[in-house]
Amino acid sequence: MNEKIKNIKKFNVSKPLLLDCKQTIKDFPLAYETYGKLNDSKDNAILVFHALTGDQFVSEVNPITKKEGWWATAVGPGKAIDTNKYFVICANVIGGCMGSWGPKEINNKTSEPYGLNFPVITIRDMVKAQETLLDHLGIEKLLCATGGSMGGMQLLQFCVTFPNRTFSAIPIACSTSHSAQNIALNELARQAIMADPVWDKGKYLKKNTQPKNGLAVARMVGHISYLSEKGMQEKFGRKLQEKADYEFSFNADFQIESYLRHQGYTFVERFDANSVLYITRAMDYFDISRQFKGGLIEAFKNQKTKFLVISFSSDWLYTTKENKDTVIALNASGADVSFAEIKTDKGHDSFLVEEPEFLKTLKGFIDSMHLKFKNEKRI
Amino acid sequence: MKKEFKVIADLLPNNIRVLDVGCGDGSLMNLLIKEKNIEARGLELVEENVKKCIYKGLSVIEGNAETELHQFPNQSFDFVILSQTLQAFYNPEKVLKDLLRIGKSVIISIPNFGYWKVRTSLLFFGKMPVTRTLPNTWYNTPNLHMCTIKDLFHFCLEKNIKIDRVIGVNEDKTSEIKKSNLEMKNLFSKLGIFLLS
Repeated sequence: MNEKIKNIKKFNVSKPLLLDCKQTIKDFPLAYETYGKLNDSKDNAILVFHALTGDQFVSEVNPITKKEGWWATAVGPGKAIDTNKYFVICANVIGGCMGSWGPKEINNKTSEPYGLNFPVITIRDMVKAQETLLDHLGIEKLLCATGGSMGGMQLLQFCVTFPNRTFSAIPIACSTSHSAQNIALNELARQAIMADPVWDKGKYLKKNTQPKNGLAVARMVGHISYLSEKGMQEKFGRKLQEKADYEFSFNADFQIESYLRHQGYTFVERFDANSVLYITRAMDYFDISRQFKGGLIEAFKNQKTKFLVISFSSDWLYTTKENKDTVIALNASGADVSFAEIKTDKGHDSFLVEEPEFLKTLKGFIDSMHLKFKNEKRI
Repeated sequence: MKKEFKVIADLLPNNIRVLDVGCGDGSLMNLLIKEKNIEARGLELVEENVKKCIYKGLSVIEGNAETELHQFPNQSFDFVILSQTLQAFYNPEKVLKDLLRIGKSVIISIPNFGYWKVRTSLLFFGKMPVTRTLPNTWYNTPNLHMCTIKDLFHFCLEKNIKIDRVIGVNEDKTSEIKKSNLEMKNLFSKLGIFLLS
């Protein structure tokens, strides 16, 4: 996998970046991918922020995993975010493991992978690193920026830290701070990894191994939280996995068990365990109101960006209520905000799967914003 | 173009901030933006309508005015508009108070239950009226608290709500309603438009 990663698009961030943990970094790699073409008037650029286990390969075939890009349902030629029309950019977050600066990269001082010597990063650090990419690509103002889950959290941070760098923004299924329940689920994932003896305080890469069992369990926790109770019941129920009766063993008798095991064990092929630790930590530390004395209202003050917040009715990870709280804060700050709740049984996963109502809303908003943005640029 | 919307647009100055509560598919907001350069926001309950607004590039929040007006800060809009929905709330008094808190002025339009055709329907046929402004039958109407222009007029006086103007609408004709002509206008107006503050 490391060999293949060498061939992906990377940009060297030379500008020093002061991290929230007070460490300054510079000359680090940021891996990214683009789809479609930037037009001459530069009014068609859309920045996508990826979620916890995502990467820069939004659409088409992911060259590393050979699977479809994680948001191919929404991004591509003729899709809701139409790459025939728009120029779509996505970068791998720092702390990640798809070519950007992360815990599995080599620390030049020790010539070994960073492991736990990697600094604890935040959502704000991720966003600051990605902003440099816009300068690198020569984009002053984006048409739109979007992202779901942790991608949405990055987006809100992006709007707060770099006001008016985007004409419009679509935060999807996210919040302005991580809830106790979400911190708890992340802690479960981290403890699963750290309880795997192979993890060895994060030094497993030196032995060229990966704490697969712990990482797989961490992924299973995630997958449970991405579905809804109803959706899971309808999809799996008590159906048995290719067998007529119970085996009276601890093998995966039920389809849901088999599904989780499959998700867990395919994940370890493409993801680094330490990256899960660092990225989940960044999510847990996320709390925009903490960055401003006046709280959220102060944070969103003077926003010219046009927001569309989208939630999913069966999402219990980032509930409609939490998304509405973001809307209320934006409203209270006088920002231009729309809100839609998509009625679906597909849970938090809804933004990643074929959910027609969601995709139509996404398309309708972006296309109408494009017209407005073109008009604004003309004036 | 609905006459009602034309009347409402004429009541508004240019370049102000307006909240349209129950904005439907955004027709009024569109009109206000185009003709008056107004910064318009909407609140809408019906998901389908919310999407229509979003596709048009209008700012709309999906939500229920009955329970979600609290999210808008005090006096955060120059005008708040409530078109033909006051009668559909469980607690119209509470909603009205919220509207007056959010907006410096409030425009409310109501289908007039005192209109003569409505009265005759009940008087001569003994049936709940079904008219063009009140198209629903008794069992499926969303209207829980039907009222007349006179009712709302008296209600405002009772609650010390300042009535700046009342306009009666009948098809294409509009007329000013005052205390002096209230009885007559209450009989001949299909719609009442109140400007309150």
